[in-house]
Amino acid sequence: MSKILQVKDLELSFHTFAGEVKAIRGVNFDLNKGETLAIVGESGSGKSVTTKSIMRLLPESSSEFKNGEILFDGKDLTKLPEREMQKIRGKDISMIFQDPMTSLNPTMTIGKQIMEPILKHQKVSKAKARKVAIELLNMVGIPNAENRYKMYPHQFSGGQRQRIVIATALACNPQILIADEPTTALDVTIQAQILELMKDIQKKIDTSIIFITHDLGVVANVADRVAVMYGGMIVEIGTVDEIFYNPQHPYTWGLLSSMPSMDVNEEKLYAIPGTPPDLLNPPKGDAFALRSEYALKIDMEQPPPFFRVSDTHYAATWLLHPQAPQVEPPSGIIERMRTFPGSRYYEATGGRA
Amino acid sequence: MVKYVGKRIIYMFITMFLIATATFFLMQTLPGSPISSYNKLNDNQKAIVEKKYGIDKPKPVQYAIYMKNLAKGDLGTSFAFKGKSVNDLLASRIKPSFILGAQAMVFGTIIGILLGMIAALKQNTFWDYGSTFFAILGISIPSFVFATLLQYFVASQWHLLPVGLWNDGWKSSILPSIALAMGPLALSARFIRTEMIEVMGSDYITLAKAKGANGFEIAFKHAFRNALIPLITVLGPVAAGLVTGSLVVEQIFAIPGIGEQFVSSIMVNDFATIMGTTLFFSAFLIVVIFIVDILYGVIDPRIRLSGGKA
Amino acid sequence: MKKDIEKLPQDQFERIEIDSSHAERIEKPSLSFWQDAWLRLRKNKAAIVSMVVLVLLVIMALVGPHLNGHDGAAQNLRHANLPPKMPGIEKLGIMDGVGNLSGEKVDLYAMKKVDEYYWFGTDGLGRDLFTRLWEGTQISLLIAFVAALIDLVIGVLYGGISGYFGGRTDDVMQRIVEILIGIPTLIVVILMIMVMEPGIGAIIIAISITGWIGMSRIVRAQILKYKNQEFVLAARTLGTNDSRIIGKHLMPNVLGIIVINTMFTIPNAIFFEAFLSFIGIGLQPPAASLGTLINDGFKVMEFQPYVLLFPCIVISVLMIAFNLIGDGLRDALDPKMKD
Repeated sequence: MSKILQVKDLELSFHTFAGEVKAIRGVNFDLNKGETLAIVGESGSGKSVTTKSIMRLLPESSSEFKNGEILFDGKDLTKLPEREMQKIRGKDISMIFQDPMTSLNPTMTIGKQIMEPILKHQKVSKAKARKVAIELLNMVGIPNAENRYKMYPHQFSGGQRQRIVIATALACNPQILIADEPTTALDVTIQAQILELMKDIQKKIDTSIIFITHDLGVVANVADRVAVMYGGMIVEIGTVDEIFYNPQHPYTWGLLSSMPSMDVNEEKLYAIPGTPPDLLNPPKGDAFALRSEYALKIDMEQPPPFFRVSDTHYAATWLLHPQAPQVEPPSGIIERMRTFPGSRYYEATGGRA
Repeated sequence: MVKYVGKRIIYMFITMFLIATATFFLMQTLPGSPISSYNKLNDNQKAIVEKKYGIDKPKPVQYAIYMKNLAKGDLGTSFAFKGKSVNDLLASRIKPSFILGAQAMVFGTIIGILLGMIAALKQNTFWDYGSTFFAILGISIPSFVFATLLQYFVASQWHLLPVGLWNDGWKSSILPSIALAMGPLALSARFIRTEMIEVMGSDYITLAKAKGANGFEIAFKHAFRNALIPLITVLGPVAAGLVTGSLVVEQIFAIPGIGEQFVSSIMVNDFATIMGTTLFFSAFLIVVIFIVDILYGVIDPRIRLSGGKA
Repeated sequence: MKKDIEKLPQDQFERIEIDSSHAERIEKPSLSFWQDAWLRLRKNKAAIVSMVVLVLLVIMALVGPHLNGHDGAAQNLRHANLPPKMPGIEKLGIMDGVGNLSGEKVDLYAMKKVDEYYWFGTDGLGRDLFTRLWEGTQISLLIAFVAALIDLVIGVLYGGISGYFGGRTDDVMQRIVEILIGIPTLIVVILMIMVMEPGIGAIIIAISITGWIGMSRIVRAQILKYKNQEFVLAARTLGTNDSRIIGKHLMPNVLGIIVINTMFTIPNAIFFEAFLSFIGIGLQPPAASLGTLINDGFKVMEFQPYVLLFPCIVISVLMIAFNLIGDGLRDALDPKMKD
């Protein structure tokens, strides 16, 4: 598997009225060709900002790269001139946004909007671009594309608009597709359709997807690997099975425990106490410690480094330090870990209890 | 849509009818008589004059006659300009007013849009503050203050342009047009700035950027059109401002337009002319607002008139 | 990712108790809507400067007429048409009493043997323009404030009732407004003023007669927007009565926009008063308002430009100040702008 995108020690701040908000505080991850990486986390954890910074879509006047690099195709995107960046956006990396109701230009026909990146990045005639656009519309499942091509966004439903946005994003066969909560604003049934569509498309054009969501159900459905973000940092990263069945970080435990599940009869859904950290004055040590019942003394003083769990699985928590005390994860998590070969609760004989 | 247009047209007629009626009866309560300027006449002669203008008849009859004529488009006969019909008076004076208004409108909106765009695209820079300040001046300073200052400095002190009157061709229209243009200029500059800033922050602009569009394409292909459409809505206030402005600006520059005539007919209690001009102005403004509403519905694909506007 | 695992003091790895209620603590001090708005407004330099300027102008309008001992109504033909002369500033070569006399620059005070100072000069009847200017400002402000107050009361009541009760009430009230709004303000104002006895009262009534419509529409739209929102429905579900819903739930939300709108009604009223007086159907002489003063000045602009200049400056500054405060308030009170 070849690495298509590498994010290294990325730090980014916003300059606001109140002061410097450290929105990303050292993020590292790689994206492999053809895989889907899901980034999960609460609102304000920095997941959207991370992807917007890959696309360099943050307002230049108020945001600033403090450190690190984003390597794509041998280039560091953090240092690329705007003009070069424009050649990458929509061609090599494209993006889908959360709300399809607002992400299409209301005064432009959808056909024009889909053709825009094609005409921008490829030397093709208008007629050819139109043909491609209609093909794309067919591919994303807009019936009667030849006629609807001339319509305006308000003549489509929310789900259809998201399909149109996806068609636009795919117009130039991008190597990376960033989907920023593409299903959050949609009805549950439409959500499933859109997810299916994205999986289909990924198979067809072999693109890599970064999928941002706060919905773990969606993650299980689409992702190959998962990065869990908290307080502007990745706290745990691994394959989807590793994160779901052998989670190591207390925050991941909390996230998984707060997910409603069908087969566990819990009386009360677990809620992580407290609120995300104030990134104007980020805490000194582990950002999650203040909300964690597993906090150690060192969490208050020093941020934890990444500890290796397996070749593909890393977690940033002092609990993995050899000197740390053994703690007992929440019972629901232990249940999960029992089924995962290699976890300390693995029961070779037992399946789910 | 047809139903909406029909409803609006009915409202327009009701409004015009009410204005005509109100104007007629208000005029009757005015102190002073329309023929007070004829005071050298003896009673017998007065009676003849009154008979000639039909003001010897009872009020309801006068009203009925007036409305009947109005329905035919006849605005009556001026008292001050003996024997001349108000229609002829207005017709003879419409050209200068129209030229001034049109020039002010075109000049004001174009410069205003430019200033607004610059301010929005260079938000929080010197350009933004400069154009915003200019717009505030334009909105705040009354047109007659601006017109008198222009006249004093540009015309009588520096002798760059004619002081007034309508006898030096295009040159005589420059100063009054500029004075009138300040309103539309300031309104459209502010409006475009706000709209552009709002549009530039919308998701579809971010998406356009994500598609690789450059700054120019984003500003003009995507944002400008969306910011420009709502500008149509300020045309109503702009037209009202131009009419208001024309009353004073035409007076200041001694331009033989409708505004100047309106003011002078007020001074001499020329009832028929006052009423005629009032109805003319009202009709103009009502039609402008009507056209604006219809245009807005036609141009912006998002707006459905049946959807009920806030 | 591949940091060596270093040896750390064992006591660092003791578990600690976290009081999770601690994490719920709200970091920022909580601000009421108006406190927050004030903090925003305070950052708007233009609005703050405008407020100071406005306060100064209001003070001057009140005390200005008594400052230099001249009576604004007193005519003194011997002192007619004197240019401005101000102690102190006269040494700078401006406002030193030098004026044009048949094309030549002459110290008119010396020529006419006038010992007094007329700070802003005198008019053709020898009245002190400084005193008259502030008297005029006073009248203009008075008219504007009263007219704005009337607009406020009628507009809020009309719009509030129409929006809150809705249904047939709203239908009937809105049909009336739809017709009234079609009538151009200018026409109404001019017709009304012609019919009534000229004076302050007539001007106020003329300006207010349709002025409230804008306010009523804004208030109605806001009430309509809020009255079906969940927090109002919740209050209603809990059995809150109408007056409490209006007073505690709707008004605080609508108040901001009412304040903003009033800030724009005032300069509008100032403008209409000056406009009417300028075309000669507003206040009648000898009463002074900014409009009549500008009209007087316009007539003698060629020879005594100072008569025109000072009222022009005052009205412009006044209008700019009100508009900037209005803009500032709008930015401060508009929750859409919140970051």
